[in-house]
This record gives sequence, C-alpha cells and structure tokens, in this order.
Amino acid sequence: MKVRIQFSKHGVMKFIGHLDIMRYFQKAMRRADVDIAYSGGYSPHQIMSFAAPLGVGLESDGEYLDIEVNSHNGAEHMKQALNAVMVDGIRILSVRMLPDQAKNAMASVAAAGYLVRFRKGYEPDFDYQGTLQDFYGQDTIPFVKQTKNSEIELNLKPAIYELEIRDEAVYMLVDASSAGNIKPSMVMEAFYRFREKDLPEFALQITRTDTYTAIEEDGIKHFIPLRDVGIAF
Amino acid sequence: MNKLALSDEILLKVEKPARYIGNEVNSVVKDKSKIDVRFAMCFPDVYEIGMSHLGIQILYDMLNRFEDVWCERVYSPWIDLDQIMRAQQIPLFALESQDPVKEFDFLGITIQYEMCYTNILQILDLAGIPLMAEERTDSDPIVIGGGPCAYNPEPLADFFDLFYIGEGETQYRELIDLYKENRAQSGSRRDFLRKAAKLPGIYAPSFYQVSYHADGTIDRFYPTEEGIPAIIEKELVSDVTDTYYPEKPVVPFIKVTQDRVVLEIQRGCIRGCRFCQAGQLYRPVRERDVDMLKEYAVKMLKNTGHEEISLSSLSSSDYSKLEELVSFLMETCTREHVNICLPSLRIDAFSLDVMNKVQDVKKSSLTFAPEAGSQRLRNVINKGLTEEVILEGAVEAFKGGWSRVKLYFMLGLPTETEEDIRGIAELSNKIAAAYYETVPKQKRNGKCQIVASTSFFIPKPFTPFQWAPQCTKEQFLDKAYLTRTAIMEQLNQKSIKYNWHEADASVLEGVFARGDRRVAKVILRAYQKGCLYDAWGETFKNDVWLEAFKECGLDIGFYTTRERSLDEVFPWDFISCGVSKEFLKREWKRALSEQVTPNCRMQCQGCGAAQYKCGVCFEKRNESDSMTPTEGGAL
Repeated sequence: MKVRIQFSKHGVMKFIGHLDIMRYFQKAMRRADVDIAYSGGYSPHQIMSFAAPLGVGLESDGEYLDIEVNSHNGAEHMKQALNAVMVDGIRILSVRMLPDQAKNAMASVAAAGYLVRFRKGYEPDFDYQGTLQDFYGQDTIPFVKQTKNSEIELNLKPAIYELEIRDEAVYMLVDASSAGNIKPSMVMEAFYRFREKDLPEFALQITRTDTYTAIEEDGIKHFIPLRDVGIAF
Repeated sequence: MNKLALSDEILLKVEKPARYIGNEVNSVVKDKSKIDVRFAMCFPDVYEIGMSHLGIQILYDMLNRFEDVWCERVYSPWIDLDQIMRAQQIPLFALESQDPVKEFDFLGITIQYEMCYTNILQILDLAGIPLMAEERTDSDPIVIGGGPCAYNPEPLADFFDLFYIGEGETQYRELIDLYKENRAQSGSRRDFLRKAAKLPGIYAPSFYQVSYHADGTIDRFYPTEEGIPAIIEKELVSDVTDTYYPEKPVVPFIKVTQDRVVLEIQRGCIRGCRFCQAGQLYRPVRERDVDMLKEYAVKMLKNTGHEEISLSSLSSSDYSKLEELVSFLMETCTREHVNICLPSLRIDAFSLDVMNKVQDVKKSSLTFAPEAGSQRLRNVINKGLTEEVILEGAVEAFKGGWSRVKLYFMLGLPTETEEDIRGIAELSNKIAAAYYETVPKQKRNGKCQIVASTSFFIPKPFTPFQWAPQCTKEQFLDKAYLTRTAIMEQLNQKSIKYNWHEADASVLEGVFARGDRRVAKVILRAYQKGCLYDAWGETFKNDVWLEAFKECGLDIGFYTTRERSLDEVFPWDFISCGVSKEFLKREWKRALSEQVTPNCRMQCQGCGAAQYKCGVCFEKRNESDSMTPTEGGAL
C-alpha cells in the first residue's frame, strides 16, 4: 500500500539539504517502526520517493514523501509514531493512503506556493506592495539565468500562476514541475530588476506553503495540494 | 525553536552548515537552570570526523546521565568558518545550547592523533580561552585532555590544566564532585587543580617540573609540591559489561565517516605487536558479555535508525563469543535490512562464510595487515601472521569469489633491510599468482586487484619500539621508491597497485609522539604562523612547520632519528599504563633477536597488567594450546 506523508520543515532544519533529509527519513522510518517495504536485489532499499526538493535555507509547510508499507495500524498511529521520533523543526502534518494508480510524489508535482518575506535589515527601499501587480501585469517577465558557461534568457510569466501580497509578504504560486520548475528567488530577482534594483544576497526568507499537483476538471486545469490526492485510512 | 550562534547569512555561506547547528536525533538538551556543571566535550577536528568517534559518544552519554551535568559537543570549525569567526569575532560555541564555550565549567578535549595539535590551539583561541594554561583565570573553563595521545601529554603540557590518563568512564564523577565542592568553598582555580592532581589518573602539569641534562635528555621530572603524586597510574574499567555505554548515540544529519551503530565488543588486544601503542595502552584485554552486546545492538539500532552496525575492537577474531554474536546479528539484521560491518577479522573459513552472507563479494575486498614483507621482520615486530596463512586465506577467498585484496605494510621498522622491503613486492606477487592459479580463466572477472599500501613506522611511547630511532624523511622516501621499483619488477605487477603515505607528516608525528615539554613552543609558533588541520593533506604546511622549528631552535632529529639509550628517562615515564618498562625492554631485546612472544591467551609474559585483576590476566588459560602463532589477516 502506498502512503503519502506531508511534513513541515522549519527553524534550524532549513540548513539540512535534500539528500540529508532523505537519509533522515530513512532512519526515522526505522525508529518509528513503520513497516516500510524494501526493494529487491542485493542491497535492498526502502521504497520512498520525495516530491520537490527544497533548497537549503528555505522553510516549508508542504513537503511530501511517498512510501510503500507492508502493514499499518492506521494513519493516525503512523503520524504519531513518526512525530514521536522527529527532531525539532520537522513535523508530520498528514498521512494519507494513495490510490494504486496515483503517480508518485515527484512525478505529480506541478506547482508550489511560496511566501517570501524580507530578512530584517533587507526590506526593499521601494514600494513593493504597491508595484507588485504592475510587475505581474507585464506581458513577459524576462529573466537571465546563469549557467556554467552561458546565459539563458527566460520568460517567467507563463510559470507564475499567482502573484500577490499576503500578510505583508509576497505570495506566489509557480511552476515546480520537472519541466518548468522556477525558483521564487528568480521571480523576486526579476521584480527587483523591474524596479531597476539589485536583489541583495540573503534578503529573502522563503517558506514553501504547499506543493501541488494539477488535475483537469471539465477541461480546466486546477492545482490541488498533493495530500488531496490521498485518502484517509 | 532553538537559537543559533551563527547568522543565516554565515550558515548559507559556509560549506555544510549542518556541522554547526546541533539539533541531531538523540542530542541532549537540558534546562540550564537545573544543572550545576556545564561540560563542553571537544574532538578537535571537523564534525564528520569527530562525530564518528565512539569514545566521545560514550562520555557524552555518561556525563549526561549525571543529573547535575550538561555535556555538549564541540568540533573544529572548518577553515571557511574559522576565518569568518575570527573576522567577526564570533566566539566558539557548543552545538546543543549554541552558548560560548568560554562560559562552560569544563572544556574536555580528546586527543586521538598527534596531527590535531594545532586544532587544539584553534579551539582555545576561537573560544577566547588563553592558550597558555598559566594565563587562565577563574572565569575560564578547566581545560582537560584525554585519549591515547594523553599518554605522552608533555608536548601539550603548557596548554592544558589537566590531563585524564586512561579510560574515561571511571573518574569524571569524582572530578566533577571535587569541582562543585571547591566552588562551594569559594576555592580558586589553583585550589581545584591541586585537589584534582591527587585524584587517580589525573595529571596537572603545572605541579611538575622538568630538568634536563646538557645533552637535552631529561634529568629529573618531579612534582613541585608535597602530596602531588610522582607517578600517574592510568584509569581502567575493570568490568566492561557493567559500565556506561550509549543506548542512544547521536545521529548526525550529514554523512559522517562512521555512519553506523558501533558496538565495542572488547577493549585491549592479546597480540602484543611491538609497534602498536593501543595494544599496550589498553591492556589487559577485557571482553564485554555477549548478552549485553546483543541487547545493546538491538536497542542502538532501534534508537538511531541506522542501517548498518559495526563491531569494534583491536582484533575481533580474538573475541571468544564472536560466532554467537555474529550469528545473532545476522539473524536480527537480515530481518531488519541492516548491514553488518566486521572490521579486523582474521581470514579463515568462519569469517569468509560470514562475509559471504553479509557482503556483496564482488564489490568488497579483503584486507590483510602483514605489516612487514618478510617473515624475519614480522618476527621482529611480533606480528605472527605467516605467509602461509595469508596465502591460504587468499586462496579460500578467491574460491569464494573475491578478487580484490588490500595489503597493509609499514616501512622503516627497526632492523629493516632491502630484502625485507623486496618481500612486500614478492608477497603481493605471490597473492596475485595464487589468484591466477586458483581461479580458472572462464571464471575470472578481468584481473585480480592487489592494493599494497605502506605507511611509515613511527615509534610510539609505551611500546617496545619506544627506544628505536625513526627514519629520516629521505630514508622513508628511498624505502618507498625501493618498494615501488621492486613491485614493478614482479611478474604480476599489472595486478598490483602501490600506495604510500606522505613522509613529511610522519616526521612531525614522530616529534609529537615522543616529544617533551619544549615542543610546546613549536606547536604554538606553527599555529601562530597559520598551521591548522595538519592531519589534512590539503591544509598541511610542512615548510611553515620547518620554519617554526628553526625559529624555536629545536632539532627535529633529537626527537625522531636519535638512538635512545636503555636508561634514558622518557618524558612519559611518570605515567604508568600498567605495562612495566622492564617488560618493554625485554620485548625490545627480543625484537632485536627476532624472537616471537606468545600472545596473552597462550602464555602470560608478566607485562604488569595483571595488577588490574581483570580481563585476560584472570581467564583460565589452556596451556596445552598450540604455541604456533595463528594470527591471520583482517577482512
């Protein structure tokens, strides 16, 4: 049976990178006595897959991993058992059963929501709240992406699904699929450029609010949180 | 959420910020207002190395079991953070509370290898603690050193208030009580050190003085006050079953060197290899009860979630209940998908069978440590492993599907000749030949791979070789060159890969290993000139070290290549590790006459360790056992 687990990552845990979070959860499954399934072969490994990797320095309320289990004592029990072995900064928020035909966490990621705040002392010296919509209203949002040997010019506009002020912070819902993934810092950098400013290093405090998959209903694309693909058990 | 000593900007800038944030699974956080004594336990190297060390985990667990003590961990900031901390004057902090180390009552530093000495000064410096012990005041923590290098603490004597000689499980409670008592009586730092100096196993360097002969050797080493002991006896746990051992070791977030449950099955070694310091320091061998080990294996795996468990000891094959323990682990671990690591195992039918079950034969290699290339020289060093045993083990392994063999040797051992060195090449060749003879062509998976590695021999205190001259750097390099040439001349040279160590660091290690109090000023000088992380090839600055020696007017050769007379007073002679100097002299003479000494289980040699009234010294010996040394290699 496939299980989707949602967790949050806050505080000092934002400094633990994606690969180490994967290792952390492998050990956590053992500590919590989750009856996780193993792959075959000479060196069996836990059947576990993560949704969208979160960059070092970012916090999140919407991280997901899928696991396969041989047996269980219900979602609430699994959630409690895992929370009992978590460190400060990581909480299990939901445990759901995945329908058999559901795509795995990574493949189903379509978008992610982010709340961007400014670190103390790095607040912009321009009216960001009043001008955000001018920026978003542009037909194209150019962004120059630096790669190892070259620069690639991108248009971010089609990848930004929502952009607005929420609680004095910038909220954005952007493409997080493997094909078109963009980072919230790219949007903010483009915003600063639009205001003819440079985004200083370390200015942003970013929290991923949730990770979404896309579903089509009556020909219209909707984004729903990954947990909503799963069902209670 | 706990606060951090470093800002986000810094943590996002440095390599591996997880080294500095604490918060790991099983790390211990206590309420500061409810404890009396704060202890910072430091391994003076980078986090990934320090976190792999079992001793710290044992002491961390023990000290935190004391309700009145909070023990936290400290590691060396890597060079990137080191520079930032200096530039921004950020004091060194402990991981759990993120509080400055300077506010602690104790700073304990484990000294596991000589090449970490400048890192010790970095720790003190970044913490804002005066480097010289005599300049410290009542507001500084008590700086206490321990670990194997504390058996010759003299090169570090100026930097430490106390050294703890021996196994840490026994005296810390008393030491901490003494500290509390002294504080309650408003006693001074000096008062505390004086009282501590009278505890068993505790050495307080500031209460001792050294005088030297004109030739630079020691004339006298003596306490300067009445009541301070002239000899410091090592501390030892006589019952290693009924003692402290962590059920919940700290689990790091990032990958560290030893990323697994470590089960110390016994302490000490019966073998008595003459170059080996650990083999003498930890005498006598004491085994842990097999039921205790089984219980801890299960608990530790459960509490950490580790996917691997490793047995730890100097020679696992000598553990009397090894088969029982390994069978139990195999049963439990296979069920739980846990890997088993069995280092330092003799290669025989049993171990090969076990390895076959727990490892991927194609991927793993088997390791022999003959240490010397010829039987003559192996007799000198008392390494009982014979060529016959190595070849038999290798043939068995080749039949079992292995095709990779690692061989460890030392160059520069006492009495070594060119012929002994050629023996390294010849033995490597014979093993390769044995592969081609044993494994038919159609079953081969390409060539076999023999990796021969040599390190340079460094005489260590409390070994029979403590009198031996060390080679010069040039001699070391000549020997490595000869080894390489001899290997190239072999028929199967294409199947043999040869690695050798750096010689410069070996020379320095030799100075620190047998150095005296005068060496401290060189360490200080080198540190001030920018030496740090000397154990790391990329950061080791040999030329700066050589300048420091010159500026301090110290002769490297005095400490390394000089032949020492049998009646010389050594800087470490005031320490008793249980093994008598007479025994070591006897062994030194037997070495020079190429005589092998039977191991502790075969026949007691009267080394002196029986005074502890425990371990192998009081086991029932089967004197009718064969007297042939049977030591094998290691997987």
